Amino acid sequence: MRADPRALRFGAAVTTVVLATVLITGSVWLLAAQALVFASGTVGRSPYTMLFRRLVTSPPKETEDARPPRFAQAVGLVFAVAGLVGYLTGTTPLALGATAAALLAAFLNAAFGLCLGCEMYLLIRRLQPGRVS
Amino acid sequence: MTGGNDGRAEIISGPAAVAPHVTGLWVALATLALGLAAGLVWRSRNGRLREGGDGGMRLGEAAIGAPLGERATLVQFSTAFCQPCRATRRILHEVASMVPGVRHVEIDAESRLDLVRSLGITRTPTVLVLDESGTVVKRASGQPRKADVITALGAAVSHNTSHNSDEM
Repeated sequence: MRADPRALRFGAAVTTVVLATVLITGSVWLLAAQALVFASGTVGRSPYTMLFRRLVTSPPKETEDARPPRFAQAVGLVFAVAGLVGYLTGTTPLALGATAAALLAAFLNAAFGLCLGCEMYLLIRRLQPGRVS
Repeated sequence: MTGGNDGRAEIISGPAAVAPHVTGLWVALATLALGLAAGLVWRSRNGRLREGGDGGMRLGEAAIGAPLGERATLVQFSTAFCQPCRATRRILHEVASMVPGVRHVEIDAESRLDLVRSLGITRTPTVLVLDESGTVVKRASGQPRKADVITALGAAVSHNTSHNSDEM
């Protein structure tokens, strides 16, 4: 499976705006919606990247392996769910901390092209010699 | 986290005020500022060729699975799912075909985990610049710039001449 890096970067930019808005407004619903976006991203069907494909029809110059960004979306989902638990239980440090962590990762991806989740993917694969074919 | 105390103070007023907007705004701003600083540091370090730092570790033909270049060798560790590895391969291939006596050797990190661990490689691509004897002279993690690779090769070649006594 291949992915369009421009679409992934666009998705990260939208995610950055959404998560910053969650922090500023404290909207649980918006965070829940972002969690659903992360969940669909883990199976390569993120609405943000699908929107990008609608807007930009030119083919990408290069494609990249879809597995690390999908894994990164799963990491994002974990943080979004933790943030939701924080907001719903009234645990403010968890709510703000988990949402901020996801915002940091999305911002680094959007602004610098650095995918923290993807780097984690490589490190985890390195720790799993048994799965190397 | 900035303003955490304010947050805790406002929780007491009830569950409806769980995420005090002012605190959230500060957290968002602090996170973006941290991201900007971290991103700039990352970008300035990513792909920079630095001193080998392996105590002059030496890699032979057997270790890298290919003959060494006559004057220098560019060893690249890659993984199948690594995006910047392809651009790095292109750069190193160009440099190796431009400079005589320089060889580009690409190693699949997943099939050489022994080497990956002994060299302490945590990211792909990692590029090692070896002199003619196979000594690690320079090292970069992340995609290096072409001009930096050429400069590092210059260092590797001068390393050769200053270490002629090491030759076998």
